[in-house]
Amino acid sequence: MIKVEDVHKSFGDEEILKGITTEFDKGKTNLIIGQSGSGKTVLLKCLLGLFKPEKGRIYYGDKAIQDMDDEEQRQLREEIGMLFQGGALFDSMNIEENVMFPLRMFTKQKKADMLGRVNEVLKRVNLENVNKKFPAEISGGMQKRVSIARAIVNKPKFLFCDEPNSGLDPKTATLIDTLIQEITHEYDITTVVVTHDMNSVMEIGEKVVLLKHGKLVWQGTNQEIFKTDNEDVTNFVYSSDLFKKIREVQLKEG
Amino acid sequence: MKYLQDIGSYFLMLKRVFGSFTKTSVLRHLILKEIDDLIISSLGIVAFISFFVGGVVAIQTALNMNNPLIPKSLIGFATRQSVVLEFAPTFISIIMAGKVGSFITSSIGSMRVTEQIDALEVMGINSLNYLVFPKIVALMFYPFVIVFSMFLGVTGGWVAGVYGGFASSSAFVAGLQEDFIPYHLFYAFFKTFVFSFILATVPSWQGYYMKGGALEVGKASTNSFVWTSVLIIAANYIITQLLLSS
Repeated sequence: MIKVEDVHKSFGDEEILKGITTEFDKGKTNLIIGQSGSGKTVLLKCLLGLFKPEKGRIYYGDKAIQDMDDEEQRQLREEIGMLFQGGALFDSMNIEENVMFPLRMFTKQKKADMLGRVNEVLKRVNLENVNKKFPAEISGGMQKRVSIARAIVNKPKFLFCDEPNSGLDPKTATLIDTLIQEITHEYDITTVVVTHDMNSVMEIGEKVVLLKHGKLVWQGTNQEIFKTDNEDVTNFVYSSDLFKKIREVQLKEG
Repeated sequence: MKYLQDIGSYFLMLKRVFGSFTKTSVLRHLILKEIDDLIISSLGIVAFISFFVGGVVAIQTALNMNNPLIPKSLIGFATRQSVVLEFAPTFISIIMAGKVGSFITSSIGSMRVTEQIDALEVMGINSLNYLVFPKIVALMFYPFVIVFSMFLGVTGGWVAGVYGGFASSSAFVAGLQEDFIPYHLFYAFFKTFVFSFILATVPSWQGYYMKGGALEVGKASTNSFVWTSVLIIAANYIITQLLLSS
């Protein structure tokens, strides 16, 4: 579990995060949603330790990241898997080398064992016979799946995903969402997904946190989000025509 | 004020480059790759330029010797001095600032733009050690490139001098051996080491701390060439003043 307590983060005079307090549960896909500029990615980077909040604390288990020394933070990061918006695969390495990278860096396994694990996770994300290809030679959806494989190859305790669906067609986006949720349950890990895609909220939002102008304005499940009368939630959820129509149908049907 | 900030951030980067080392087996692989990318792949252009510039120095010296009392061996002497003291260490380094420096900046800058550096950091890897340290080690082999350049520069001078009919082979070789001061080699290689450090770190700094997208990668590469060249020329002046003017 990850606990966030009163986190504030500013850039220059502009305060981006204004006292966020929430918890991200183990074994669930936790979604951070909100409009562009609401502070989702800044919160994610604070969780990852890439940005240091001016105020507030972020707990991984019992210990706050602010209280960890460099070595403890390094060890924590070995337990983190991250899926970046663009995949962030290393251009100079082929798929196999990309996925094997965390194993080469942090374990003392033999190459045959590492290769076995790489093939296992590639198969898990439904990718086979791509080992020797380079990132530029595969599609965006496949790159995302390779990125997921790299994130889980070292059996992380925490999985972070930054807009995993961006740039993908709806079918591939759903596949990626489902894969993230399946992996979360299978490995019993804490997954945090930053998104503004309502389809993702419907598909995998076991816990949803809504940010607006750097403040947490609502949290609940994907079932609750369609029932709440919170104005910020309805403004965000029903901003698209599709969801407006769904809302009308729901209201008609009582 | 911005220049002071940049200088500070450069030295902070150097501190981080030498902290929290990457796993040795991975580092070894990276160093070999950088030697291939930065050193081996530069040999062709260095050979081409050195050979022909050495030839031009010999021809220019010969064409400017109007006095019949000046011995023909001066062509060999002038070629050696020009190539060993300045052309090979300094001007090849400026050419390398364009070739290797731009490569380093654009490759690290592209990694910054596509979040690959963030990916390394999230994994708990000291990205500066992972990316920059192997380049510094690889460029410690740069003096071998300069030896290669010196040899080919002098050879180019010999070919142009002898086959251009400006001097006999024995006169040229006698010139090469005339008043040879071994300390000049120390001076040339000392500054080569300094230049190699500049070549590895300044373009890395430009690429690592760049912000923006593809266009900014291009701008960072241009800045990298300008600043690396400026620092090489400034360092050349200071080292020459310190080591040769006594």
